[in-house]
Formats: sequence, structure tokens, C-alpha cells
Amino acid sequence: MAVISNGTTIADAGAFSVGLGDMVHIKTITASNDANVDFEHGSSSVVLDGTYPIYLFKFINVHPATDTVEFQFQANAAGATGFNETITSTVFRAYHDESGSGQAVEYYAAKDQANGTSYQSITDDVGNGNDESLAGELYLFNPSSTTFVKHFMARTTDYNSNDHNLTWHTAGYFNTTTAIDQIAFKFESGNIDSGIFKLYGLKDS
Amino acid sequence: MGLISNGTTLLDAGALDSGIATGAMTLLSTATASSSSTIDFTSGIDSTYKEYIFKFISIHQSNDGADFQFQVDTGTNTNYNQTITSAGFLAYHQEDDSASALSTHSGSAVLHQETGFQDLGRSLGNDNDQSLSGELHLFEPSSSTFAKQFMAVINEAASDNGTNQRHVTGYINTTTAITRIRFKADAGTIDSGTIKMYGIK
Repeated sequence: MAVISNGTTIADAGAFSVGLGDMVHIKTITASNDANVDFEHGSSSVVLDGTYPIYLFKFINVHPATDTVEFQFQANAAGATGFNETITSTVFRAYHDESGSGQAVEYYAAKDQANGTSYQSITDDVGNGNDESLAGELYLFNPSSTTFVKHFMARTTDYNSNDHNLTWHTAGYFNTTTAIDQIAFKFESGNIDSGIFKLYGLKDS
Repeated sequence: MGLISNGTTLLDAGALDSGIATGAMTLLSTATASSSSTIDFTSGIDSTYKEYIFKFISIHQSNDGADFQFQVDTGTNTNYNQTITSAGFLAYHQEDDSASALSTHSGSAVLHQETGFQDLGRSLGNDNDQSLSGELHLFEPSSSTFAKQFMAVINEAASDNGTNQRHVTGYINTTTAITRIRFKADAGTIDSGTIKMYGIK
């Protein structure tokens, strides 16, 4: 049965006929002293496959248990474990301290990867003071492709342990033609004390 | 007849009630490349939205080392030669770790009151697994007051087997409304890939 209002079909055949927005919230995970936050396709209602061509992760007020730590992510190809996919990446960052005495922009060669399999850092020196945290986002393109490498782009802002604002811009690709179906986030040491992680899908049509 | 649930109007007069959250990002059009010389969006760019976002997904070009570019036009014109001033920079890193740096775009990578196509990606690889992904924001293309600002972030697998993270910004120096946009490779064709156009409420 269709729902028709004032002559306009609002819903029919099991779907809305009106635009409901094309950025679809898939999953929210609230960290609470967790070693990592893991989004795996098919687990806990997570969708991370060919349903959407682009996925967007948002991090909101992620607070580390340990002071001065890097925030990182990695992926698993379908059927794989270990979070050790091959990555080539670039990183640059800008910072400015609270006293106004220091600021710069620089390529950060120590944190990029050249066909490396480590977790990719997307910011560092995150402070664990009560009011310190990081926020940002990560785009993952076409993770289900079995033809192309998988591009990603991230940007973050953090209140770091040296009382700086620090912004990182990280991009690269997973150098695999196997589908990616799992993404995990963690700090290089210590737990994720708190923070909100959201996963969205951008509709294909 | 309205549809009311628990005292809340969900829809009435042929539309969802304005209080119903429907998302702020609307997919307007999708173009899929197939050995395409150009990909044009010639409708849907108007005053409906203040911001448009174009998403590029696994853009693969036929020629190794070719650039991925865009230009815009007004009305129903098809010259795609509006005046652009732009800036940009990239961070690059080779798969063999032989080079990495932050570098400013110069030369043909940027335009200064020029009417050529603006590069978004440069020197792309055409190996089977190489491609480009990213996004371009175009702000208030219908303005008759302001030049039209744009900004893009791209990640590409380059022909020299490295990753390039490009940031490109600029403005289209016209106060005439922009109504259409063209994407192309500077040599050869766009073999495959998807470009999506969204409007942001």
C-alpha cells in the first residue's frame, strides 16, 4: 500500500519515494577503556562491503588512557586477520602552541609508510589531560574493489600533550586488490579511555 | 491527509514534515566512466544548494602519466573555459621509500587568471590496480555576487609508483552563475571510475 499525501507518493513498494539523505549512519561505537575499536563487516550490524562506494569514519573526543600517544588505524582484507595490510601513505602536519611561540607545517616522513604493514598513525602526541582529546574523520574509498588499491584520506585535530593544537593530513592506499572488510582504531600504547566512533556509508544511488 | 503518530506530524501536504530529519547530503547524479573523453554534469547545478560535492571513486585513465582535470561553464555554454586562479600542494611518498616530501604546486599545476583545465590529479598511473579517489567542493555556484570558491582533496596512485595526497583550492573568477562542470584526462580517456554529485543542504 502506498502512502500518498496531497497527491504526492511518499512511500511505496517498501521504500520512501522522497529524499531521506544519502549519508547513512551505519554504526556508533562508544569506547570505554578499550584496547581498540573495531568495525568488521557482518559483526554487530556493521556494513563494510560493496553496499556503499565510500565509507566515512568520524572520531569525536577520543581520549587516551596514556599521555603522548599516537592514534592509529589498520585494516583486514576479507578473511584475513592480524591488521597488517600493505600501506603506502603520506603525512603532513601543522601545529601551533597555546603560547603562540611555535607553529609550522611539515611533511612528516617518520610517520608515512612505503609498502609497510604497520598501523598507520593519523595523529600523535595526544594528551590525556582531562580536557584533552582528538577528533577527525577518515574516508575509505571503494573497499570492496577487487581491481584497485583502496584509497583513504584522513584529517585530525588534537589537543596534544605539549599544549599544542596539531592537525594531521594523512592519505594513502592499501596496496591490495582483495576487498577490505574490517577497520580497527587504537592508540600505540594504552587504551582508548573514551570517545565516540561513527561509521557512515555514502549511498551509491 | 496528514500522517500523525503519537501526536507528531510525520508527513502532510505531499511532503515529509520539516521536523523530520532526512539528512543534509543528497545524491544528485552519478556518472560512470567507460573510455570516456569527458564526463559532464550539465544539470542540477543551481541555487538549490549552497555547496556541491563531487566524489571520485577509483578513477582509472587510459594513458600513463596523464592528469585528471576539471573546468566549468555558465548557462548552456560548452566551451569550459572560465577564468580560474588556484593554489595547491601535495605530499608524496614512493612505495620503495626513495622519496617523500611536501611540495607546492607550480607551473601548469596551478592557474592564474587562466582559462585552461584545472588539474586535480597529476601523472596518474595506469597499471590495472592504479587509480585516483577524492572529492571536490564547489561553493555557491549560483552566486551572482561572488567568485566561486572550490577546494579538492585527492589521493592518487602515481605513475612512478607512489602515493600523492593533493590539496587544490581556487576560485572561478566570474560573478555569472556556474551551471555545468566537465572532468577529463589531459591525454587519452577516463577508462573507468565513478563520479558522484551531491548537494549539501
